[in-house]
Amino acid sequence: MALVLTEEQSMLSDSARGLIGEKAPVAHLRQLRDTKDATGFSRELWRAFAEMGFAGLLVPDEFGGSGLGCVEAGIVMEEIGRNLTPSPFLSTAVLAATALSRAGSGAQKSEYLTRLAAGDLIAALAVDEGAKHRPLMTAMTAQRSGNGFRLNGAKALVVDGHVADLLIVAARTSGAAGEAGGLTLFLVDPKAKGIGVERTVMVDAHNAARIQFDDVEVDADSVLGEVDLGGELLEGVLNVGRAVVASEMVGCGEEAFSRTVTYLKERKQFGRLIGEFQALQHRAAHLYCEIEITRAAVLKAQQLLDDGAPQAAAAVAVAKARAGTTVTLAVQEAVQMHGGMGMTDQFDVGLFMKRARVCQELFGDANFHADQLARLKGF
Amino acid sequence: METSEGNLDHFRSETRSWLEANCPAEMRRPVIKEEDVFWGGRNAHFSSAAQQAWFERMRDRGWTVPNWPERYGGGGLGPQQTKILREEMAAIGARLPLSSFGIWMLGPALLKYGTEAQKLEHLPKIARGEIRWCQGYSEPNAGSDLASLQTRAEADGDDFIINGQKIWTSYANYADWIFCLVRTDPAAKKHEGISFILFDMTSPGVSTKPILLISGKSPFCETFFDNVRVPQSHVVGQVNRGWDVAKYLLQHERAMISGMGERGAGRPLGQVAADSVGADEQGRLDDPMLRGQIAAFEIDEAALACAAERFTDMAKAGKAHPAFSSAMKYYGTELNKRRHELLMSAGGIDALEWESGRSHEGERARAWLRTKANSIEGGTSEVMLGIVAKRILELPGA
Repeated sequence: MALVLTEEQSMLSDSARGLIGEKAPVAHLRQLRDTKDATGFSRELWRAFAEMGFAGLLVPDEFGGSGLGCVEAGIVMEEIGRNLTPSPFLSTAVLAATALSRAGSGAQKSEYLTRLAAGDLIAALAVDEGAKHRPLMTAMTAQRSGNGFRLNGAKALVVDGHVADLLIVAARTSGAAGEAGGLTLFLVDPKAKGIGVERTVMVDAHNAARIQFDDVEVDADSVLGEVDLGGELLEGVLNVGRAVVASEMVGCGEEAFSRTVTYLKERKQFGRLIGEFQALQHRAAHLYCEIEITRAAVLKAQQLLDDGAPQAAAAVAVAKARAGTTVTLAVQEAVQMHGGMGMTDQFDVGLFMKRARVCQELFGDANFHADQLARLKGF
Repeated sequence: METSEGNLDHFRSETRSWLEANCPAEMRRPVIKEEDVFWGGRNAHFSSAAQQAWFERMRDRGWTVPNWPERYGGGGLGPQQTKILREEMAAIGARLPLSSFGIWMLGPALLKYGTEAQKLEHLPKIARGEIRWCQGYSEPNAGSDLASLQTRAEADGDDFIINGQKIWTSYANYADWIFCLVRTDPAAKKHEGISFILFDMTSPGVSTKPILLISGKSPFCETFFDNVRVPQSHVVGQVNRGWDVAKYLLQHERAMISGMGERGAGRPLGQVAADSVGADEQGRLDDPMLRGQIAAFEIDEAALACAAERFTDMAKAGKAHPAFSSAMKYYGTELNKRRHELLMSAGGIDALEWESGRSHEGERARAWLRTKANSIEGGTSEVMLGIVAKRILELPGA
């Protein structure tokens, strides 16, 4: 398969760019932030996304979706990244849709996927517990209790967890923190007794939640996939999330870069456009190389995931690590090259820096994925 | 899958079985020593029977240059088929059957700018490895500022008389022919008085002198021209328009240099490092900082391979920016230097030996030193960044 977008994918890219750029530019994020919006994203916009087919992009046809893949999800996420659009696309349309489509029972699929694709259900994946992404270190427990399980533990960085209608929770049914076996995924109603949700407004004005589970009773039907064997399912879902967030980071980094190049062509000092200075030209050119190389690595990982190829895991580690280092460089150079203006809240570049920081932490930063790759390559 | 190039799945399976049957096991091991690379030419010799068999089998199919037309000695494969052949060769670690500046640099320029007679004369000999070429570009006072070159070619009847000196001519002492930039109009602006000309290195008046490098080896020469007589018909493209040809060829050279090193082939660097550094009980390299640096390197290396693949696919679709080869050249060479710094660090004191059988006569250290030229030859990293700034980013005054 050629490492370029197909004609259909290019059309999707054009329509996503048009819709998101028009309806949810950076000003949209500012407005939500400055009005301290209770939801943190626009439900009206999410419905418009659903009508465009974005909510159901990864949902199979029979549940009202379009059954597309990671490349298409990445295309939408790149535009979300370019515009810093707060949207449940990642939590719901990517992570939850993937988990439910892959492992849901017939009943679970028909209960949730149709509503999800229609934009009527927000779902959130609850994995992380500590300060850093370490899925194998999951310590939250799910003990057998009557006909079902009793959940105890705490989750953090549950993206959109503050407004979710459904939680997908990783918990330990056996084994100890650090072990690959013994993990199970559960579908949990956030209104269940014993759940405490604390909205966390983050540095980038996007939202997640810290969620406390105290003796939360769930029945056996709430298990997603198989008991004790959820580790592989979780890793597969996370890999889709990683590859797709990498596209968001490419969009975020590229937009910060493009605004910076424009600034270099407009700002004058010492009687010259600052873009004439070789010190800045070479840094801009280097950053351009980093972005283009990362873009290729990200598309490769998404294609391999869509093909179900065995090399996909290593390619995802490469893509997410590269996206992390590249977007970090892009936003740092953006602020520095904008000079004092880059430090002001009035200019948008700082917002890109904030979003990039959050995306780095989502599902493993560059160091985490470098370590992953080293393990996969046997050193 | 049925395409304009036929059934590609079928092509892949046929290619796979042909390679399986015809690529000797010895030719599937990574290139280590210089003699593992076959360059062809009038004085060529094979370092093993396997090298000869592999070369001849590939040559007979036109697969030394799989994507060139058959009438010029190529395999006549389409872009998708060529990509499949490369993938299948990479999958078994097959070596290139023939390394050649004729294939990588001159060939593409001849295909674009050569007359039909020039193509028929030179391309098949390149494809069959009969003639080994070298490149006469740089001069002592024309390095990064190549267009200031001063080697003169003065018309004399149907010929040119060439006088001057080239430097950094790769393997000029082994080459049969040279493709050379000469000044044919000293009065014109510096980019507009240059011609691109071909001649035989055995012509009277041509001499070469190897340059000893920090690696202790001499891959480059000084090349001198003293009243060398060359027919005017040997000019490629128009007289005084040689800069167009030169620039086009440089794009191919840069793409070639960016792919230098062992990209994607052989064992992961971390495993190579473990040979000398050791590993802990979980198989992790016994030096956490080095492990981190190598992992970060492997990530960039894998990403660059994706970018190279994407650049090729974009070019096929007519969507590639022609100056992107400069981006690839910059990044690929810097990365290759990083690889060899890491190899030296991993090797520790073992990698310092220069003259022992144990170290294969300082192989690792010599290779490390050789890579320092990667970001100088074919346009320095700084020149490449300048090209990206000017032609892709369109920054002012670049």
